[in-house]
Amino acid sequence: MGTLTRELATVDLSVTSVRELNSELHAPTAQAYEVLHPQGAHALAAGLKDPITVDIRGHAGYYAAGMNDGGTVTVHGSAGTGVAENMMSGTVRVTGDASQSAGATAHGGLLVIQGSASMRCGISMKGVDIVVGGDIGPMSAFMAQAGRLVVCGDAGDGLGDSIYEARLYVRGKARSLGADCVEKPMREEHLTELAGLLKAAGFAHDAADFRRYGSARTLYHFTVHNEY
Amino acid sequence: MCGIVGLHLRDPNLYPRLGTLLETMLCQVIERGPDSAGVAVYGDTRRCPDGYAAVSVLADRVDKDSDDAPKDALAGLLPDIVVTEAGDTTVLAAPVTVDELLAAVRQGLPRARVVGSGTDLTVYKGTGHPHELAVTYDLAGAQGWQGLAHTRMATESAVTPEGCHPFSVGPDQCLVHNGSFANHATIRRDLRFAGIEFDSENDSEVGARFLAARLAKGDDLQMALRALCEAFDGFYTLLVTSKDGFAVVRDAIACKPAIIAETSQWVAMASEFRALAGLPGIEDARIYEPEPERVYAWAR
Repeated sequence: MGTLTRELATVDLSVTSVRELNSELHAPTAQAYEVLHPQGAHALAAGLKDPITVDIRGHAGYYAAGMNDGGTVTVHGSAGTGVAENMMSGTVRVTGDASQSAGATAHGGLLVIQGSASMRCGISMKGVDIVVGGDIGPMSAFMAQAGRLVVCGDAGDGLGDSIYEARLYVRGKARSLGADCVEKPMREEHLTELAGLLKAAGFAHDAADFRRYGSARTLYHFTVHNEY
Repeated sequence: MCGIVGLHLRDPNLYPRLGTLLETMLCQVIERGPDSAGVAVYGDTRRCPDGYAAVSVLADRVDKDSDDAPKDALAGLLPDIVVTEAGDTTVLAAPVTVDELLAAVRQGLPRARVVGSGTDLTVYKGTGHPHELAVTYDLAGAQGWQGLAHTRMATESAVTPEGCHPFSVGPDQCLVHNGSFANHATIRRDLRFAGIEFDSENDSEVGARFLAARLAKGDDLQMALRALCEAFDGFYTLLVTSKDGFAVVRDAIACKPAIIAETSQWVAMASEFRALAGLPGIEDARIYEPEPERVYAWAR
């Protein structure tokens, strides 16, 4: 991060290209950015490497804040496919809904979706924390390896199919569980970590209202009767 | 890839703006399918006046010059014919039944391929840059109550006007498809065995023919699309329109994107949100993604 010459910079995407915006964000000259008229454009604020703040005023397209490593990005609207995909660290917040594959493969950081998330939320998550204020769609947390996924509403079909060691907390109903995903008891340590996640995300729910799901660990090894 | 947009207007005050709204939507999905674009418009009385039937045809490209001009070829067969040339597509309309118009077209223009027919529907297909095609079709000037458009990135068959979407194989019906059907050859064979003829080797045409056969047997859009989900394997987001309305369905895995927005004035569907961003009242719309294998249908 070079010398910051400004506190706040405003980028209007009705007159500036996404490439120009992202080039600026990759070598930032300001501490905070406000992005106007995003109109669902793709790859907004992707690849941040510095602890800057980006406020996107409107709806974002695919891969918003993808690969984020330390930035604080807020989409004041809804986000398209793959918001915060492969995030390493930092915080991404979506005030509206998120499309498919929110937080896919993300290794770290916090992704907060204040509305609902569509299918495959947290697919192959590898350490990220995801907190969703509403519901999540089918096939979420598929092959989720590490991290925590908190759902304040309901989960769609096939939750946690082929899950490894990620922990899933659902306040409403899980319509069905995927292969090798089971409900597990909420112990004190889980109530504590969930309360911390809810607080970090800004939700006032009681951790005791949630159920925990995780891996039954029966798919970890090949077994003789799985042979063809 | 491929891009889909569709707009079903509930507020008649918007009917004169259908074309401009649809063109704005189409231009947001150009990158998803830059090789061809097709459009269907319902209720465009410029091209299909009230009481007329319309047929859209592709002229035989090899012998294009040897055909008489469509108007001359059909002049003795039809009264008061309205002819609109729009690139590869020609729209022919006359105050007769759809079957009478189709018979006249087949007699007068035997090499032309019919790509759409009905009493309320005009279809345009062609290869090239979607924005240029929208100008060729004069989409901005279109009016009507419902329309759809498709930008194509060909995967299963050649880049030709015939392979371009929409596929309109039943009266006032259209289908656009993002994805690929895995078992289309098997289903095409079954349908051919049942006497149904095909115009192309395109997988999406098989879906359209399957639906047309179900609708002809009395299914509504909801039932016909349920049957399609049972019969077809592969990836698909489908938008299907008829003289009655508008329906969306996705396959069980739902990898191909779709987003729906609804207000009291309209229902819109697109591959990506950005195609909806310019619609009037979008800020207050109910916006959601259709769930796998659930049929969403709206009637007029």
